[in-house]
Amino acid sequence: MNIEKLVEDMAVNLLRLAVVELPADIKEALQRAYKEETSEAGRVQLEAILKNIGLAERENTPMCQDTGIIIFYVKAGVEADGLDRIETALINATRRGTREIPLRPNTVDPFTQKNTGDNTGHYIPFINWELTQGDAIEITAFPKGGGSENVCTLGMITPGEGVKGLKKFVIDAVIKAGAMPCPPTILGVAAGGGADIAMKLAKAALLRPINQPNSNPELASLERELYEAANSTGIGPMGLGGKFTVLGVNVDYAHRHPASFPVAVAFQCWAARRATARVHSNGRVEYLTHKVR
Amino acid sequence: MAVFKFKTPISEEDVRKLKVNDVLYVTGTIVTARDAAHKKALEQFKQGKPLPVNLEGSAVFHCGPIVKKEDDRWVVVAAGPTTSTRMDQFEDEFIEAFKVRVVIGKGGMGKRTTDAMKKYGAVYGAFTGGAGVLAAKAVKNVKTVEWLQDLGMPEALWVFEVEEFGPLTVAIDSHGNNLFEEVKKKAGEQLVKIYEKL
Repeated sequence: MNIEKLVEDMAVNLLRLAVVELPADIKEALQRAYKEETSEAGRVQLEAILKNIGLAERENTPMCQDTGIIIFYVKAGVEADGLDRIETALINATRRGTREIPLRPNTVDPFTQKNTGDNTGHYIPFINWELTQGDAIEITAFPKGGGSENVCTLGMITPGEGVKGLKKFVIDAVIKAGAMPCPPTILGVAAGGGADIAMKLAKAALLRPINQPNSNPELASLERELYEAANSTGIGPMGLGGKFTVLGVNVDYAHRHPASFPVAVAFQCWAARRATARVHSNGRVEYLTHKVR
Repeated sequence: MAVFKFKTPISEEDVRKLKVNDVLYVTGTIVTARDAAHKKALEQFKQGKPLPVNLEGSAVFHCGPIVKKEDDRWVVVAAGPTTSTRMDQFEDEFIEAFKVRVVIGKGGMGKRTTDAMKKYGAVYGAFTGGAGVLAAKAVKNVKTVEWLQDLGMPEALWVFEVEEFGPLTVAIDSHGNNLFEEVKKKAGEQLVKIYEKL
């Protein structure tokens, strides 16, 4: 079995699935928002979003022209063969996907301003590695758009402000972001760890389906509270006013230093693109987020 | 909320009928321009050089599209709006110089642009961010592209022939109203109440 080729083909499929078709939980949330939205301007926007995602699926074409910076999350079974070839496979898949799907070339050198033209570059595609038991390899393609990335924010609040301070920080971020991240958005919120750890956890929290409540009941109730609070700002779809500013809030945390209380808020636009598949040791590929025709 | 369907060139009289929250569909010519194109257009205007495209009565679209070439013909794959605030520094002069009647984008614009729209008669139409396929579907033909060599695909002036391009929510009208600012102001007023509940 040529694991490199297998993973490359699978990753091209994942990129295509991600940019063309939203996962079921996001689609359902958008449909519900359209039914329940009371603001006229908000309904016009949600209707356009639903029309757009239908068209993208029918025509097998990217739903948004910003196909993002390419990020992968890899859960690598320690007994899997060929782990040393996964990185090459994912880089090659990104180049191929850019040509074949097509994706907009989005990788710019921050110092020379030159675009590589193929969505690869220094550290990009970015790969988040996690070691797991077993011999399977699970890969998530997570193309992340620029508009929602530009309002992601980190606060090093004081431990004295605590959880109440965290909540205020999140709501302030939502109001400050306004129309910029293409609401209704999904919020990944994380506390603790350190500056980098909080942001990493906040972003990874966006991988959890929004119809799946937090396994920790206290955090599940915090998620509901933040969801209600964010939606009572009235910012609404595309910042034009309405009930639906966010579709979901996912919270995660790490233990913190006694002196620190990092809070990270990762915004994801309504085009919350992600696609996951697993390669088994016998070469079978199982798609977990999308039906593959 | 009223629904309007306008054909370019759009007159000042027509554009002044629009109020915030109205929905507009545009048929005719729209031209894409982002940061670099705005800058270049204004530099040329100040040097007395005419633009390669006449924008009078038409719409300018903040958009960097994905366009592909099929048998010598340009085909638009996806063409959603980009964030308009970056063009705030140019738009008042742009409206005055080129007499565009509709500015299309996402995220809204500030006071300078709102004031210019009131003075010269223009509106800001919010097109759904990310709805790149819906936008591409309304483009019937790419008439021409200017400054492609110089500025590249996302920044070039793409001249689109469109049919019922929209829905555009009128978010800034020619009477000084700015829906984004109203929504943000209300959100700010809610904040004390929201804080109390947390």
